[in-house]
Amino acid sequence: MRLEPREHSAWWLRAMVPLSAGFIALFCCSVLIIWAGASPVDALGLLIKGAVGSKFAISETLTRTIPLIFTGLAAAVAFRAKLWNIGAEGQLYAGACIATWLGTGMFDLSPWLMIPLLFAAGALAGGLLLLGPTILKTRFGVDEVVTTLLLNFIVLLFVNWLVFGPWKDPMAMGWPQAAPVVDSAVLGHIIAKTRLHWGLIIALASAVCVWLLMRFTTWGYEIRAVGHSQNASIFAGIPVNRVVVRTALISGGLAGMAGVSELCGLKGYLTLDLSPGFGYSGIVVAMLASLHPLGVILSSLFIAVLSIGADSMSRSLNISNYIADVATAVSLLAVLLSMLLTRYRIRWR
Amino acid sequence: MNSTKPLLSLKNITKTFGPLVANDSIDLDLHRGEILALLGENGAGKTTLMNILFGHYVADEGTIEIDGAPLTPGSPKESLQAKLGMVHQHFTLADNMTVLDNIMLGTEPFWAFRRNTAKAVKKIKRLSDQYEIDVNPHSMVSHLSVGQRQRVEILKALYRDTRILILDEPTAVLTPQESDHLFATLRLLVAEGLAIIFITHKLREVMAVSDRCQVLRHGKTIHLCKTADTTADKLAKEMVGGELPKVERRESKPGELLLELSDINATDKKGHQLLRELNLSLHGGEIIGIAGVSGNGQSHFADLLSGLLIPSSGSFQLLGKMIDRPNPLQMLKSGVGRIPEDRTATGVIGDMTVQENIALEKYWKNDFSSFGLLNNSALAKHTRELTKTFDVRCGGLNASARTMSGGNMQKLILARVLSEKPRVILANQPTWGLDVGATAFVHRQLIEASRNGAGVIVISEDLDELFSVADVIQVMYQGSLSPPIDPSRTTASELGLAMSGHRDVIHSMMLKEARA
Amino acid sequence: MDLLHLFLEVGFWAATVRMATPLLFGTIGELICERAGVLNLGIEGIMAAGCMTGWTWVYFGGDLWTGVLAAAAVGALFGLLHAIFTVYCGLSQHVTGLGITMLASALSSFVFRMLLPNITTPPKIIPFQPLHIPVLSNIPFFGDVLFTQSPMTLLALVSVFAVAYFLKKTPAGLALCMTGENPMAVESQGLSVFAIRTGAVMIGSSFMAVGGAFLTMSAFDAFYIGMVNGRGWICIALVVFSSWNPGKALLGTIIFAAFDALQMRVQQQSGMLIPYQFYLMMPYVVSIIALIIMSRRSAYPKALLIPFRKGER
Repeated sequence: MRLEPREHSAWWLRAMVPLSAGFIALFCCSVLIIWAGASPVDALGLLIKGAVGSKFAISETLTRTIPLIFTGLAAAVAFRAKLWNIGAEGQLYAGACIATWLGTGMFDLSPWLMIPLLFAAGALAGGLLLLGPTILKTRFGVDEVVTTLLLNFIVLLFVNWLVFGPWKDPMAMGWPQAAPVVDSAVLGHIIAKTRLHWGLIIALASAVCVWLLMRFTTWGYEIRAVGHSQNASIFAGIPVNRVVVRTALISGGLAGMAGVSELCGLKGYLTLDLSPGFGYSGIVVAMLASLHPLGVILSSLFIAVLSIGADSMSRSLNISNYIADVATAVSLLAVLLSMLLTRYRIRWR
Repeated sequence: MNSTKPLLSLKNITKTFGPLVANDSIDLDLHRGEILALLGENGAGKTTLMNILFGHYVADEGTIEIDGAPLTPGSPKESLQAKLGMVHQHFTLADNMTVLDNIMLGTEPFWAFRRNTAKAVKKIKRLSDQYEIDVNPHSMVSHLSVGQRQRVEILKALYRDTRILILDEPTAVLTPQESDHLFATLRLLVAEGLAIIFITHKLREVMAVSDRCQVLRHGKTIHLCKTADTTADKLAKEMVGGELPKVERRESKPGELLLELSDINATDKKGHQLLRELNLSLHGGEIIGIAGVSGNGQSHFADLLSGLLIPSSGSFQLLGKMIDRPNPLQMLKSGVGRIPEDRTATGVIGDMTVQENIALEKYWKNDFSSFGLLNNSALAKHTRELTKTFDVRCGGLNASARTMSGGNMQKLILARVLSEKPRVILANQPTWGLDVGATAFVHRQLIEASRNGAGVIVISEDLDELFSVADVIQVMYQGSLSPPIDPSRTTASELGLAMSGHRDVIHSMMLKEARA
Repeated sequence: MDLLHLFLEVGFWAATVRMATPLLFGTIGELICERAGVLNLGIEGIMAAGCMTGWTWVYFGGDLWTGVLAAAAVGALFGLLHAIFTVYCGLSQHVTGLGITMLASALSSFVFRMLLPNITTPPKIIPFQPLHIPVLSNIPFFGDVLFTQSPMTLLALVSVFAVAYFLKKTPAGLALCMTGENPMAVESQGLSVFAIRTGAVMIGSSFMAVGGAFLTMSAFDAFYIGMVNGRGWICIALVVFSSWNPGKALLGTIIFAAFDALQMRVQQQSGMLIPYQFYLMMPYVVSIIALIIMSRRSAYPKALLIPFRKGER
């Protein structure tokens, strides 16, 4: 068996990538569900019902897509430049920390100023957090995968200290959480009596902006060139290090915005469970979308359906909701395989 | 000789890659004690055929027999056991390991508890004495010269008691003198009863060393003869399939001084000297050829002019301006056009489209972007024009560059560079791996650019190429350049001596010039 | 003065060696993979899978040593998966590794929850007991530091030397190192790059899983989700720190564990002066610093991260 490069890959072939990945994930999880003693058909039915079966379910699913779009975009932009930012989780918390610092009574402004300010500050914090590993990469050649991963642990411990220590809200009846953000910093709800907030619009707008950036600007062109070939870019006079640093600021910034939107739109205060691994799921979201910014919207919807649906399905069938994590991981691996098949064809001799 | 049964016999070998037929029912016989030259242009299918023989590829059709016994296809292991040895064009040595490690790899039982290095060293010593190949088994490969590495490769094959040795373009990296040394070694081996296949496209060498020749063209055997019965001219016609395309030379009329390098030194981070007291002056309308064995600093010299290497001392004057810390963008903006050595790694970005590759060195120009927004329609128009004038064959502006052939890739790079009307052009190995047609195209373009007033520097390991395009040749040895030499007053073997560091030769060549 | 005293204390060094054990297994495992040219970011998840497998095996009645074997087997399976993706298909080693980590962690959590539903406090097993090797454990100082440890710790130390010997002195080890330097050299000498890399990744991964198993079967007696807690990533930093050399890996892990043991002591003694979270950050901070120091002079395997495709050059 041999792999032979394809000269062209048809658009329908590329469109099959996320679909086939989804199917492979469903298939693998069916095996686990059968092992757990339930029917996969029932499980799938319950999962879909739990994710989109009612107005409330839909609103929950959409709420879940918001942070995933942000972290997915963060990974998509960085991976385009071959900057392996695995630290979106830490950057998310960094954004949330800054927003908590500024948004819990330091000053008060009208919401029209307050919310953009918090998003900008959160983006800056996330970007700066990624700047460290990026400079280590460009200056000393330190692998950014490991440094960003390790930074996640450091940031989480830092937040742990904040919410157990200096920022602990005395009004929270002993729970480790910071004080809630002021009213002017709260993102309003799009639909009454649901948790769906205006962060969704900001996330969608960000996706469109990132798409425009990558497609139509010299910055985007440089990011793609650097990602495809570092050597050729250096030779052509593209300021590679500057491009990588710029990419890091954009990527970290998007992840930081995820933290702000979760804080101001959903939780209202900083806790340690602000993100159940959105930073890591963002990688899957980006890969499912083949790093396309608009595709990120769809793939984050897929991951959101999976996790919200799995929550409700696992309650009814008594199956651990870690099944959603398994499905997410399988779809990441499956999307890699399917992408391979769009670029190569298999020859059996 | 032909009356005996052949040692190696290939029958009806056919191999296709997608639409491309690389080998079209090729037959080949090889006898004990002979050297067969396998000739052909780049892309004629020589390397593919040898890779099939060696088990790297599996042929679609055909059989291979060694001493009458069929060879299992697709298994390098089987080929090695059949006592086949191959010296690849790109050496297959691990740089960070010793010669001994490289030679011993895979020669012992895989799961043995301990390597028997003493025995191996003894055998290597014996072989090196027998065949006059001198290499220290304990030195690191990274410390060896290119010629020494090649000897390690040959030793690697001999260590396995090879009966059939295949050498793929072995002289590409050697000076003429080193090549002669290699030929002497090969003669010794043949005298011991080995059979050798010698792959090349250099006719001089075919005439010098081989007993028989087999010429391939477009994957087919075109011609088969005894070397004694033929001439280099005849073989050349067979190889190309007609007359060689003529590239018209012209008298150079040096114009104004464009580039002057004097006493340039450069070192790397570890303090190794890369360029040493380097001097060069380039005038408009002039083509300077840089000769030299690879690894003598040509790539660093190219880096210097590409803006990738910052000299530690010396003066670098470009169009009358001093340059202290060159960078690629600055060189581009000052009118230096650069054709890089490695097309696929630095020249084009395979995963981007033809249009995006054309844009690579000019997307920031006002014609193609404003306020950070790309002007895609202007770029598309520009690309369409260039692909037409430079005859770049591609599957459209949005085809990815990796699907293009080497020749078309080089045309794309030429189009990108020459359309900017550069005053100084640096071409590093511009025709490496191209067929005759594409080579002639590249030469014509460079000559035309120089006729229009540009100064051109061509770096090449192929002396024939330099003799055919250069007005002046400078030899590069250990990071420095010899004084200019007039190609019409020297010979390849004289240059070869200069390339291996014989300064007195250069001196006498200069004298010749002075006398003339 | 206090610090000096600490460094002479048997208990401190015994703790250091104990804490180094899982890192030692992980680092050696990662080192084997990387010497063959494959980065294995699956380490974090594979350690978690080893943790879970070893513990459940013993909890459901298996004995301890077969539990270690079971963990190794599970590790090898994940290694095989990683090899299929990165070696045979030539896919991104970064992304595949992260995928393996996600899959292995999620699967271990899922399987654990399904096998033991409805539990609040994690049940316990009887872990490995410290050995008392008759003669050796009577040697002053070293006897207490090295020879009254869990047998798994001894296994870790032995395997460092075994791996060092293997890489340096055997034909198979030479082939493995060569694969990480120049795969074409290996292929042209009639050996299969694919087979060697696959073997290396599988064996390396089983080392990682055994390192995970140490956590639940020797260091502790119960399994928690999230137990590995970044140890895998630290191992990757340690491999860089060790310049891909088993001897230096041993040294690096000991230094690292000594730091860890030290911060625990200081934490106990200094009380609440500095919040404990900052002590817990130390291992990660130290890893990053180690990476920065060593990155400049690192002699990494030349073919690391580069997929090998037959007949493509």
